[in-house]
Amino acid sequence: MSTMNLWPMLAAAGPRQLLTLGAVDFLIIVIYFAVVLGIGFYLKKFASTGEDFFLAGRKMTAWIAGLSFISANLSSLETMGWSAMAYQYGMLGAHAYLIGAIPAILFLAVVMMPFYYICKTHSVPGYLKLRYGEGARSVAGISFSFMTVMVSGASMFAMAKILNLLLGWNMNVSIWIASITVAIYVTLGGLLSAVFNEVLQYFLIWAGSLLIPILGIIHAGGWSKMLATIQENVRVIHPTVGNADFTSLWRNLGSFDTNPMGIDWFGMVFGLGLAVSFGYWCTDFLQVQRVIVAKDLRSAQNGTLIGAVLKMLVPLIVTIPGLLGLAVLLNPDGTPMVLVPESDPRAGITHRTFNDVLPLLMGQYLGPGLLGLGVTAMIAGFMSGMAGNVSAFATVWTYDVYRPLLNRNASDRHYLAMGRWSSMIGVLISIATAYALFFFSNILEFLQVLVFFFIVPLFGTVILGMLWKRATPAGGFWGFLTAIVVSIGMWIFVHTFPDGYRPGPKITLSAGATVALEKTAQGKVETITRIVVEKGAVELLNVPVAAADRAADRPSEWTVGAADLTLPATTTSKGQELTVQVLASEVMLSGTSQTDRFGVEKVAVVLRPGVSVKAQEVSRRFAPAAFNPDHTRYIARSEKAKPMAVNMYSAWWSLVVCLAVTVLVSLVTRPKPDAELKNLVMGLTVLPDEGPCPWHQNPKLWAVAVTVVLVVVNIVFW
Amino acid sequence: MQHDSERQIPIWFFIGALLVLYGVIILGTGVYQVVQPPEKPLALAHLHAGVWWGALMVAVGSTYVWRFRPGR
Repeated sequence: MSTMNLWPMLAAAGPRQLLTLGAVDFLIIVIYFAVVLGIGFYLKKFASTGEDFFLAGRKMTAWIAGLSFISANLSSLETMGWSAMAYQYGMLGAHAYLIGAIPAILFLAVVMMPFYYICKTHSVPGYLKLRYGEGARSVAGISFSFMTVMVSGASMFAMAKILNLLLGWNMNVSIWIASITVAIYVTLGGLLSAVFNEVLQYFLIWAGSLLIPILGIIHAGGWSKMLATIQENVRVIHPTVGNADFTSLWRNLGSFDTNPMGIDWFGMVFGLGLAVSFGYWCTDFLQVQRVIVAKDLRSAQNGTLIGAVLKMLVPLIVTIPGLLGLAVLLNPDGTPMVLVPESDPRAGITHRTFNDVLPLLMGQYLGPGLLGLGVTAMIAGFMSGMAGNVSAFATVWTYDVYRPLLNRNASDRHYLAMGRWSSMIGVLISIATAYALFFFSNILEFLQVLVFFFIVPLFGTVILGMLWKRATPAGGFWGFLTAIVVSIGMWIFVHTFPDGYRPGPKITLSAGATVALEKTAQGKVETITRIVVEKGAVELLNVPVAAADRAADRPSEWTVGAADLTLPATTTSKGQELTVQVLASEVMLSGTSQTDRFGVEKVAVVLRPGVSVKAQEVSRRFAPAAFNPDHTRYIARSEKAKPMAVNMYSAWWSLVVCLAVTVLVSLVTRPKPDAELKNLVMGLTVLPDEGPCPWHQNPKLWAVAVTVVLVVVNIVFW
Repeated sequence: MQHDSERQIPIWFFIGALLVLYGVIILGTGVYQVVQPPEKPLALAHLHAGVWWGALMVAVGSTYVWRFRPGR
């Protein structure tokens, strides 16, 4: 069955709001807010020095450090986003939790943690200062402060938008209530509060989410049945890659054609497994801060390893729901429900989006109370993500920007007060960012990508600094900066269209237009074959209309004259046939008082005299939402590369550039003397003696155990 | 949070208490739905997930509350 036939059916989808909460669900949400605020007030008395506020007193046990490490990463954007990825890319989505995380986390625990820990740095930019000097630290400190509040604002905006779409909540109310709560508890308890809430959130996410895969797999008739149904359904759901294998981790990575991501094993291993993953897990300060504050080096290492184990469990509540979306989400007539990307013009009108897969499953399985818990877990995820960003901002701002550049010799009390103020200011800047996104919402989808373009070079710089004592301050600075510039350059390159990018042809019927629909019925499925617009207005995007049919004086805006105007169902561009989409979000059906909404393609549209038309021809040289296949093949080695594949390859090249430039510049510039590199570089650092280590606390043993589990999981789901 | 502090209540206690509270609410709602089934039941409503999931949360939460109770 073609997707075209499905469109009109989905048009009949119910109310726009996806979930409806009852009194019990609200009670659960209110209790959560009361508890986090209570904890914030309770923790204030334990945050009385700078060390307490910024580093939680460096007293955390391995379990708390590990839980907080993984929880800081397990935000709601993450769970919803990676469920959506699994819906889009199948089981390949699980790589983010396997090769895309575990090797890097093990490397952080075993190789890098001793350096971070022993040099007693407050932050990753702080390490750069010690290793390379003020230049590299300033670039990192300033860009990091800027980025954290941007990300925090973006996640606030995303939360408000999601709560609005799912529950119909007012976006302003969501933003202000969540941010005031975060501001109160972070300002009171600093990192300690942030960490407490992250650990709490971790439990809530599992309690609120684990039922979905359990019930979903029962519903699908077991694991094997689910996989078989997926392979059958993707022909309808993802027709462009309908022949790709959606249910393997590696078997489908032999070539670019056999998997839904358009990537090969090299891109997966080196792009995701090395560049993206090591950048994120080893140098993103938000992550690293969680474990460098453990009470001793062994706890820091074991905490990181606990994090690795917990990370490997996450696909249960993220990847499996995404896969379930391909198997158990059905239309009322039993056909598979088709979700579309956010960028699809049908998104939100006739179709739910990939990002809705998790909420749709929540609505399908979770009854009163459980739904409230699921929504609370989602809100908790957003809020603890915000709190994490704000506390990281306060630390990096106070220690890496304010203290070295603005006020060098103040008292600890002064820096503590600065930490509290900057937490509050961080929240305010986040709110401002969130509101800015109301007007520039398309920035949101690129923000995450841009973060990687900064973090990957940072990893290159830090790792060379740790492992190679010949790396010089000039090498570090130029390697870092060049790689950032190259990353941004690659991003611009893949979105540039020298011949112009023309969005697909589209006819939008304005709200209130009156239409008559001609349909044919085949079984239960009705298909629209012709649309006659009798009254109202239509907008045309890249739909060809002969000059004779337009008004001579105003060719882009006119009213249909004496005769009917028939718009084509297909157009041709560069020798390719393009189907014209017709979207109607709310139209009146002719001769009735009923309204309807639909999205169809390849259907003739007839405009009756009197209908007003606005026609636009759009062709852009730079389109950040579209990828130019002629350019992506240079970056991602294939014209078939999907956005995720392009991002992975871009990260790989930016790491290569960073390492190459740092090495080349270092070879021709003067290194720091060995004495200044003590405790910062391998070979010049003596690990502290932490006393006898029982076998069950030995980080190396656990690192080996985790590696074995990782290998086994990859073989089982090969 | 840290076990070497005398005064600070461990995070695990708060987590346990919240799980118990939520578990009781979910279990109660689940039992109510067994007695008084809703007009439009959800998919797999016959499994009564609220009942056993709520009970499980109460069990896990109580273990944490008992193990990490203040002043222990």
